[in-house]
Amino acid sequence: MSVLAAHLASGDPIAGIGHMLALPFEVRAYVAGTLIAAAAGLVGYFVVLRSQVFTGDALSHVAFTGALAALAAGIDLRVGLFAACVIFGVAISALGRAGRPDDIVIGNVFAWILGLGALFLTVYTTGASGTAGGNNAGSGVNVLFGSIFGLTNGQTTTAAVIAAGVIVAVVAIARPLMFASIDAVVAAARGLPVRALGTGFLILAGITAGEATQAVGALLILGLLATPAATAQRLTTRPFRALWASAGIAVASIWIGLAISYASSSVPPSFAILAVSTGMYVVTLTATTVTSRRLSSVPGYQGER
Amino acid sequence: MTSDTGATTGASGTSLTWNVSSDISQVLSFHFMVNAVRAGTIIAVAAAVIGWFMVLRRQSFVGHTLALVAFPGASGAILLGVSATFGYFGFCIAAALLIATAPHSQGDIRFSEESAVIGTVQAFALACGFLFVSLYKGFLDGITGLLFGSFLGITDYQVITLLIVALGAVAVLAVIGRPLFFASIDPAVAAARGVPVRTLSGIFLLLLGVAAAEVSQITGALLVFALLVMPAAAAEQLTARPALSLALSVGIGLAVTWLGLGIAYFSVYPVGFFVTTFGFVFYVTAAAVRRSADRLGRRPNRSGIPVTT
Repeated sequence: MSVLAAHLASGDPIAGIGHMLALPFEVRAYVAGTLIAAAAGLVGYFVVLRSQVFTGDALSHVAFTGALAALAAGIDLRVGLFAACVIFGVAISALGRAGRPDDIVIGNVFAWILGLGALFLTVYTTGASGTAGGNNAGSGVNVLFGSIFGLTNGQTTTAAVIAAGVIVAVVAIARPLMFASIDAVVAAARGLPVRALGTGFLILAGITAGEATQAVGALLILGLLATPAATAQRLTTRPFRALWASAGIAVASIWIGLAISYASSSVPPSFAILAVSTGMYVVTLTATTVTSRRLSSVPGYQGER
Repeated sequence: MTSDTGATTGASGTSLTWNVSSDISQVLSFHFMVNAVRAGTIIAVAAAVIGWFMVLRRQSFVGHTLALVAFPGASGAILLGVSATFGYFGFCIAAALLIATAPHSQGDIRFSEESAVIGTVQAFALACGFLFVSLYKGFLDGITGLLFGSFLGITDYQVITLLIVALGAVAVLAVIGRPLFFASIDPAVAAARGVPVRTLSGIFLLLLGVAAAEVSQITGALLVFALLVMPAAAAEQLTARPALSLALSVGIGLAVTWLGLGIAYFSVYPVGFFVTTFGFVFYVTAAAVRRSADRLGRRPNRSGIPVTT
């Protein structure tokens, strides 16, 4: 148990938060986490809206292989991470008509890529053991499940800058992308570059996956992409409001999750963040189900539109 | 469960020669390899049959999620001190039930809440697995074994459990096979003809969970999906006739597993890598064969299954 928990118990959470933010690694986690979560929330809403959750799932596994390949080759992990995610995003959009390839194609490709990841993990853990000792198996686990408290100053800055770039890019193309996602045919008829938007979006999704890997780990990316979007969609059916809500919910998940894992040191931050975002969805689901049931028993109610 | 990552599999002092029959007898001279081949065979058949329906129904995302749920299942069971087998089946079946009750899309047509829920189940399950692993100190070495598989240390008891469960799953599938096929090809017409589409899809999800739990015991949670999707996808490329493609799927599944196990025995690299690579080679070859056959015009049109190129 730690200081924040003690303060919470004594009814003084403000002082506890003060103690938490006095730790440099906590501040770095909050700075990087906030921007990464906002980017993931925005991108994630479009991922779900465009029915590309499975692509997001595939990206998370590609991220793992990319990072491990870079480690096995002895270069910076993030180079492999972003390169793999962006190349996969481009490849996926090139494979399918209108940037939406078949599930089965995606499934086959990424199952094999994951097998490659297993190979790189073995190469890395057995081959480099002379130089890095027993830490190697640990870095594989870190890539899979994240280590947000382990970010260095430089890594935080890079992650924050890239995340900010993604946020700006998504906001910039939000309107046309929304149009193209909701009705691709009409959007194309109105002269929108639907195909280019799809490719651009997948590249952004790839970069976001690389970012989110540093926060919650490759395997847990969907918890920041899909879950906040689903919660937001439950709260409002108006697209832009849902888009902003999705970003807000993702940021809130990171904030609360980081505080929980500070308060109880046996809970890893990745789990706490995911538990918060899943918990929010479950609460929203229950609340909206109850409300809609009550509303649908009202005579003459036609459904919320 | 041993926590071997597969890194030491080449350490038995053996080497690959050009004499295939001596290689095979060499592999099968160890009881653990015999068990691995037995388990692999059972798993390959069950996964190919259930995976064939999964590919037909385009439910690969669900299949992948159920496969990953095996990881928290196994790590949770180890944390509680019960057999990992219970964890595998318990978690995979529970997740299948959860997804079966997931809210179907309402309101907006494009926004697929169901897929978001599946993604949530997947990410949260993996996070739970990670929590279990961190709570169970000193287990960190085994984590890659759970995720990427190990064919070492499969006991006779495990083989028998796998066999019984696989026989049960395939038997259920044999009973519901025809209506399930109908419901998968055309749900609307099937429902109009009185086929219980919703119930069937629930039962199928359970079967998929069982298959995922079975396969993850040998390939690891992350690579289950390869045995589910690859043989069936390759078979689907080669023929449109259901019975033939089902048989092909089983054949490819067996070939991939046997080859993978055989090569992994002689190598220091993990079995999962070889299984996925052979599976992918089969799929790419099948896709290329179909492309060229289509181009030559020998097969004017396949079935009603939509072709994406």
